[in-house]
Amino acid sequence: MLTMIGKRLMFAIPSLIGVVIVTFLLTRALPGDPAAYFAGPAATKEAVEQIRKKLGLDRPLIEQFFRYTNDLAHGDFGNSLTTGQPVAAELRNRLPASAELTLLGLLVSIAIAIPLGVLAATRPGSWIDHLCRVTTTAGVSLPVFFTGLVLVYIFYFQLGWSPAPLGRLDVFYSAPPTVTGFYLIDTLIARDFEAFRSALSQLILPATTLAIFSLAPIARMTRASMLAVLSSDFVRTARASGLSPGTVIVTYAFRNAMLPVITTLSMVFSFLLGANVLVEKVFAWPGIGSYAVEALISSDFAPVQGFVLTMAVMYVLLNLVIDILYGVIDPRVRLEG
Amino acid sequence: MKRRDFLKSASGLAASAMVPAPAIWSPAKADARSETLLIVSEGGPNNLDIHGVGTNVPGYEVSWNCYDRLIAHEMKSGPGGVPYYDRDRFKGELADDMNVGDMSVTFKLKKNAKFHDGAPVTAKDVKWSLDRAVSVGGFPTFQMSAGSLTKPEQFVIVDDSTVRVDFATKDRLTIPDLAVIVPCVVNSELVKKNASEKDPWGLEYTKQQTAGSGAYKVTKWTAGTEVIMERNDAWVGGPMPKIKRVIWRMVPQAGNRRALLERGDADISYELPFKDFQEMKANGKLDVVSLPFSNGIQYIGMNVTKPPFDNLKVRQAVAYAIPYQKIMDAVLFGLANPMFGAPKDKPTEVAWPQPHKYFTDIEKAKALLAEAGYPNGFETTISFDLNFAGVNEPLCVLVQESLAQIGIKTTINKVPGANWRTELNKKEMPLFTNVFSGWLDYPEYFFYWCYHGNNSVFNTMSYKSPEMDRFIDGARKAAAIGDTAAYDTDVKGFVDLAFAEVPRIPLYQPFVNVAMQKNISGYQYWFHRRLDYRAMAKG
Repeated sequence: MLTMIGKRLMFAIPSLIGVVIVTFLLTRALPGDPAAYFAGPAATKEAVEQIRKKLGLDRPLIEQFFRYTNDLAHGDFGNSLTTGQPVAAELRNRLPASAELTLLGLLVSIAIAIPLGVLAATRPGSWIDHLCRVTTTAGVSLPVFFTGLVLVYIFYFQLGWSPAPLGRLDVFYSAPPTVTGFYLIDTLIARDFEAFRSALSQLILPATTLAIFSLAPIARMTRASMLAVLSSDFVRTARASGLSPGTVIVTYAFRNAMLPVITTLSMVFSFLLGANVLVEKVFAWPGIGSYAVEALISSDFAPVQGFVLTMAVMYVLLNLVIDILYGVIDPRVRLEG
Repeated sequence: MKRRDFLKSASGLAASAMVPAPAIWSPAKADARSETLLIVSEGGPNNLDIHGVGTNVPGYEVSWNCYDRLIAHEMKSGPGGVPYYDRDRFKGELADDMNVGDMSVTFKLKKNAKFHDGAPVTAKDVKWSLDRAVSVGGFPTFQMSAGSLTKPEQFVIVDDSTVRVDFATKDRLTIPDLAVIVPCVVNSELVKKNASEKDPWGLEYTKQQTAGSGAYKVTKWTAGTEVIMERNDAWVGGPMPKIKRVIWRMVPQAGNRRALLERGDADISYELPFKDFQEMKANGKLDVVSLPFSNGIQYIGMNVTKPPFDNLKVRQAVAYAIPYQKIMDAVLFGLANPMFGAPKDKPTEVAWPQPHKYFTDIEKAKALLAEAGYPNGFETTISFDLNFAGVNEPLCVLVQESLAQIGIKTTINKVPGANWRTELNKKEMPLFTNVFSGWLDYPEYFFYWCYHGNNSVFNTMSYKSPEMDRFIDGARKAAAIGDTAAYDTDVKGFVDLAFAEVPRIPLYQPFVNVAMQKNISGYQYWFHRRLDYRAMAKG
């Protein structure tokens, strides 16, 4: 097991180096001149040059690159110009917000999509199959910001059930002391149940929005892979041997159908984490997606590079976890690995 | 706790969270709410110090409320009875007394003024702060130079509580320039302690925290998320503010900002689409204040150095082909002052902005274009800044449609915000729309930046005319020595010339729109167009 993890991590190193180089070059190729942007509306040409010098952008590209990698090696991601903060600190503060939201959304999605997919596969053509098809199609074809806005409109604006979409906590609560960065856990550790309730109620709408969007791939994949497994020989044998339908479906069929579902889950998770920018915008969520996009708009190199690098590392780790999970679910994979 | 029990209680919690308790606040919370102002806006500050590198406009709002200047403007009654800053009357903020001499002005500091950390405000701090403003470079230094404040030697410590500012030349903008946001007074001892060799002015320190004597101090700032400010109870710069605490949250989605206002959760917001403001005005649930930008104009500019716009007839043809009224109605929903279509016989005023005499007349435009030698029109591009796409995009589409009628085919070029200033500086865009507004509300100030032959970045048309320069320089000189007759002639001269030669076509004077709950009072319009919490009250 450990050798496998070690090997996998070794393989990740070249791709990370590639990511560092490519993001560096891409951000430099962006249109827009950060020096002119940050010199302000009334800057003269000299003022722009002064700023360019201050930012070190007057040096040759190769020198800038070595300075950047050197800083990276010391754990310094540079400073964001738009927010004025060190990028590493900002990513550290913002990543848990995105991760908490994405994980909760994914959990909700799994809790609905997997049973739905299994039921649809066991009764193809029935009403539940149609229900599965309609919900997933609807979910995936509605853009997330639209679903988010509709939910805000109904549950906050019209009904008033949901709290104001103002980020992670109600304005009048203060954030719990940081342990994990996940407010749901930190508030419980701090035994601040009012804040816990506030954090949870802030999470419900955005998590639902994400869940609706990610229902489709999970449910469809569960259904397809269950259908394939259910028509295979060993299920027929199990049924012929008189095992109860529950045992056949859950113990034999479902476990075998899990592999592609797990793969899909990992893809959906990484996709959601990076791509929930729109949800973050709608709910004023202080996550990394909106951070990266804002930085991109203002040609702010450091956060964009930091964001891409973080995401690359996350992908590598996620793939590793999935590979380990494979081994847990299906011993055959372990043997081959 | 067993797993099953945990799941049960967790789902119970989830259910109870879904229906939050009705808005019954514990008494302490209700109190906190009535003394707290909750602001929602799209963007937040990137730096708490206006002297910093690349401080953005939301950062100005923090500086304005958390730092004091020597002097500030008095208020007068503006359009619709809303308090509007009075360009010509000043009051002391840190200064008790202002004594204007022939070539200098002397300020006596308030004796009991203290910084947030309790240190007294002394002449030393004032000099250090003004030195800092003229030395750090970039925007603050530029703004100081607009009032002929360029050298540290101009700021002299007379005694512990007296400062003198020497004039470099006679310039009537010098004193108003001391009342803008930039010349704020910083706690010099505190900042020096946190400065380094590489950063002698301590910009890194003041970027993260406020070190002033102002009515508010920042207690928490999470960039891109929120700013929390608490009242400074020892403030002596003016009457004690009523609002104890200001929570300023960034809500990127305009629709949500409106929902927050209409549900009564947020107290005040700006930066909403014009359509929203117009609807909110109509339904009357909220107070919506719309006031014209002082000394500000949105315009269509043409590069006069290159054909075809180097031809006066072509420029006039464009001026007759702009769909002015459509822009007012469909883009701005009426929330702007028209700057076009003045009656033919209306005399030129000694004022700025004032409307020009062009109006939409396609036939006349066609004739002018034919006279200019382009009977079949030509092709060009019209550029705009994507940061303000909400206004700029529909505006350019309307202009494009209208120009097509006289044969000018335009391609729309959308320039990303980060790139806009670079493009302006290059001065190569043939046709574009932009907005300019000056902090100092004087016609010659506007013209100096936008029409003068020294070709500043705001002279986006690269317009150069010795006659124009003579008028502008003349007006500046006349204003400095108080020669009203010469001043009036020169102002009328440059306005007439700008309209006759039309290097840029003024469209309208934009409005700043602010929506707030009915129980919020004390909104004041300032030249910087940001909120002044000090005068506001709730309930």
